[in-house]
Amino acid sequence: MGKKKKCALAVIMEDAGIEIDGQVESDTESEEDEAKEKTPKRKPRREAVRPNRLKREKQQKDKEEDESKEEDNGPRQNRASKRKKHQRKNSDGKKTEEGVSHKRERDKKAPNKEQKDSENKEKKTNKEKGKERENKEKKERKNSTPSTTSSSSDEESLSEEELAMLMEQVEQKKKLISTMRNKPWRMVKKLSMLREAQAFVEKFEGALGKGKGKKLYAYKIMMAKKWVKFKRDFANFKTQCIPWEMKIKEVESHFGSSVASYFIFLRWMYGVNLVLFGLIFGLVIIPEVLMGMPYGSMPRKTVPRAEQATAMDFSVLWDFEGYIKYSALFYGYYNNQRTIGWLKYRLPMAYFMVGISIFGYSLMVVIRSMARNANESTGEGDDENFTFSWKMFTSWDYLIGNPETADNKFASITTSFKESIVDEQESNKDENIHLRRFLRVLANVLIICCLCGSGYLIYFVVKRSQTFSKMQNIGWYERNEVEIVMSLLGMFCPPLFETIAALENYHPRIGLKWQLGRIFALFLGNLYTFLLALMDDVNEKLAEEDVLRNITHWTLLNHYNSSVGNGSTATPPPLDPADVPRGPCWETTVGIEFVRLTVSDILVTYVTILVGDFIRACFVRFVNYCWCWDLEAGFPSYAEFDISGNVLGLVFNQGMIWMGTFYAPGLVGINVLRLLTSMYFQCWAVMSSNVPHERVFKASKSNNFYMGLLLLILFLSLLPVAYTIMSLPPSFDCGPFSGKKRMYEVIQETIELDFPLFVAKIFSYVANPGLIIPAVLLMVLAIYYLNAVSEAYQRANAELKKKMQMLREEEKNKRNNKATTNSAMQDLEDLFKPSMKSESHPKHVEDKKTEPPNKTSPVGKQGKAAAEDGSPINSRRGAVLTPPLRMLVTQPPTPGIRAPYPGQPRPGAYPEGPVPWRGRGQPRYPHAAP
Amino acid sequence: MGGSASRLPREVLGEYQELTFLSKQEILLAYKRFSELLPEGEKENARSVRIPKSRILTLPELRANPFKHRICRVFSTSEDGDDSMSFEDFLDMLSVFSDSATSEIKSHYAFRIFDFDENGALDREDLENLVNCLTGQSEESRLSSAEMEQLIQNILEESDIDKDGTINLSEFQHVISRSPDFASSFRIVL
Repeated sequence: MGKKKKCALAVIMEDAGIEIDGQVESDTESEEDEAKEKTPKRKPRREAVRPNRLKREKQQKDKEEDESKEEDNGPRQNRASKRKKHQRKNSDGKKTEEGVSHKRERDKKAPNKEQKDSENKEKKTNKEKGKERENKEKKERKNSTPSTTSSSSDEESLSEEELAMLMEQVEQKKKLISTMRNKPWRMVKKLSMLREAQAFVEKFEGALGKGKGKKLYAYKIMMAKKWVKFKRDFANFKTQCIPWEMKIKEVESHFGSSVASYFIFLRWMYGVNLVLFGLIFGLVIIPEVLMGMPYGSMPRKTVPRAEQATAMDFSVLWDFEGYIKYSALFYGYYNNQRTIGWLKYRLPMAYFMVGISIFGYSLMVVIRSMARNANESTGEGDDENFTFSWKMFTSWDYLIGNPETADNKFASITTSFKESIVDEQESNKDENIHLRRFLRVLANVLIICCLCGSGYLIYFVVKRSQTFSKMQNIGWYERNEVEIVMSLLGMFCPPLFETIAALENYHPRIGLKWQLGRIFALFLGNLYTFLLALMDDVNEKLAEEDVLRNITHWTLLNHYNSSVGNGSTATPPPLDPADVPRGPCWETTVGIEFVRLTVSDILVTYVTILVGDFIRACFVRFVNYCWCWDLEAGFPSYAEFDISGNVLGLVFNQGMIWMGTFYAPGLVGINVLRLLTSMYFQCWAVMSSNVPHERVFKASKSNNFYMGLLLLILFLSLLPVAYTIMSLPPSFDCGPFSGKKRMYEVIQETIELDFPLFVAKIFSYVANPGLIIPAVLLMVLAIYYLNAVSEAYQRANAELKKKMQMLREEEKNKRNNKATTNSAMQDLEDLFKPSMKSESHPKHVEDKKTEPPNKTSPVGKQGKAAAEDGSPINSRRGAVLTPPLRMLVTQPPTPGIRAPYPGQPRPGAYPEGPVPWRGRGQPRYPHAAP
Repeated sequence: MGGSASRLPREVLGEYQELTFLSKQEILLAYKRFSELLPEGEKENARSVRIPKSRILTLPELRANPFKHRICRVFSTSEDGDDSMSFEDFLDMLSVFSDSATSEIKSHYAFRIFDFDENGALDREDLENLVNCLTGQSEESRLSSAEMEQLIQNILEESDIDKDGTINLSEFQHVISRSPDFASSFRIVL
């Protein structure tokens, strides 16, 4: 084999190298002496010598490697031969089989070997050239004439050429190394190829540098290697840092990729929230706690005298009143001092900027991941051409590792096959369309009624809670009525919608979309009613504040006046901060509302999981032993994991976090805790008490759907916050912006006071409407232009698609016509087809089945020759060799397939354009009806 | 874990990383799982031992897969056709089924998995086998022969571009490359 030759060559080369080596050493020294001369004649020699030395070193390594490889191969071959011996002991029939397999393997290997041989040859020629060069040099040196005469110019051109060639080859090998993993080869082959290529690159890479640049070149190569290694290590580290990989994988194997996609989404949310948490805690809460005024030093940081008695009660704390209300978790606690601590940290400014950057960061992350998802799904799935093939080839979810899920998957695939066949057949069968239309309208009316009802209910409840809040001793229910009602609505409306949706009789996938849309509308409606009611509340508080502001003012004034009036010489004892009358601080109120809503949402979710899933599962599991009917298969059964509901819940929860964070910085901390616990809790609940879906949906396209929902919610939650920042006056005695007319004034203030004058000027120019309006106009125009371009691309795309389809049709027509018009030609084709195939097929197969050649043992060669005249069909995998035979036997002659549709290009059963399987087909019924 | 995993030499680990789509952790995990399948005595030389197919199929990742026999067949380099797998075969398989493998190589191997008689093309028999695999073992979930005929006819109509009655690799890859969810479902994670 090639290896032995190579080894021999290596030995020769090494000898040559050693011979040279001694001279090389002296040569370089003398070169250094002569360095000033820099004769062009010497240059090529230097180049030629260096590679040789390098070569020699590498050669040694190579040899060692080869030896080790041989050692590696040793036991393998031994084993193989043992196996063969063992087999030979068996029957004769097996022997032939073995022989056949050998033959097959040899056949498979043939192109491979050729490839290798050619590579070896390349190398050999290279090496031989190198050898020649060495020899030449040897001769030169033996002549010991430092100024070589005739051959030098010749040598130069040669080495230049060679260098270029070498460079090219090295580049090729490098490319091969980097793309090796994309090759559908066996590992053994890949390994040997890799080692070969690496050795080659290492050997010749050093030869590429020139003269002085050589050191730099070597250094560059070394750095590149280090960089690659570092990158790989870093990637490994990154994958190690991803949490819950095993947990999610476990869920994946039980429930398929769709349920797992929820958990991946949850994990992603957790990551985003961690960043938000870091921002807020690092830049707002911790500075305030460490460097701000301590608790009790000023009114906004003290519990009022009237509340102090109960401020530590758990019932009070549970409602986020008492000490919690006057802690750094809420807006009101922060002081409006411009700078705090010895760092001169500008806290109000930081508070404002963090509030904005939370939205900025979230928007960026959501849009970026959306774009990435969109990039990944290049197929875009709107091609209706391959419905059946996709169902066939891509419907199995290879992640499923649970037999039960696998059974469900089998069932769902079968139904989808059957459905699509039936749809194909009776796409234009009409039922009672009027009834269906009526039912659908009815269902929508019912659902709209539900939505309006729930909206009104929330409005009513929030209004009532405002009157409650003015009363004194009220019960737990009255205080938490809003949250309870909202949670209950969220719990009971979706099932109600589902029941109503049964009237509509949509395809399940379309049904799911409708259902999601309705739940979304419900949640959104509820949220916005809540916001509106809250806004009313805020406006009331603002009116109240005006009155209170005067009172506070007067109280403080009176206090000082009275102490002055008493004529005491000492400075009056300052009014205790707990006694100062203060405003209602609407920001904190809003913050508390959001925190409460979040907490009650968490509790309701967990209780639902516990009762609806776990208790139910326990009941079904254990009571089933003594019950009249089969509980597991019958009515209660086990719960399924409701992906869409859970995702929507998560998305809305996040919306609430975004809205509330500005007024309650601690909210993100609560949310991080929530996501963390719900990761573990839900994983446990899913694994312990849920069953896989009857219909296993795919997760592929849902990711961007979730992201789209998130983006919408993000935008919607940005609106109220932006409104309050831009147009409501902040409270006068609490929060970092107190004393200002609007919250955003903090920026103007910073710019005026902290930046040099010209920045303020630039800022005022930029903020000029004369500049902003053109900028907006420009953006609108850009959007319009890009939109037009994308439309044009789409049209071009559609055009190309049409062209392709036309070509296909044409070809089909041609074949059909052929099949029907001249039967003589058809007969001829029948005869020709298989033979043509037999030529083309084996090549094709061999391409794919390339196996590493170092598996052949020399023993097999005789057997192969013997087996060649034996019938190859005996072998199990012998089919690879025999396609021509198979073609003749099993495959119906090609034109025969077209036989059922003579003459007509496309029979009615195969409509062009979108294939009307039920999902798309049904909603169109009304149009189809006369 | 550390005991058996650390026995994979570093340079070999590096080469495996170079040649597969797997990260270091995944390779180590694969090594661990692989050596767990071995009987006690052979754990030391897990890199050179073959595991018989029956043991490979006890992996939970393959247990429920209808194509498990085909997967073993396609990835096995065993010379005597018993579909046993060496560690490198095992890595090959995991690499193809890993998250970061390209869609081309995935579809290439999918084709070979679906090509039941290994003649380099999906013909009617292969498709029939495929449908039977996908619809499960139980009798009532099987398609009737008329349905089967119709289904295969439709599939050939869609994807058999050169109209030779079979789907060859390039046709297959053409179809698969447009599929939105092939890459996400053609995955096995240890």
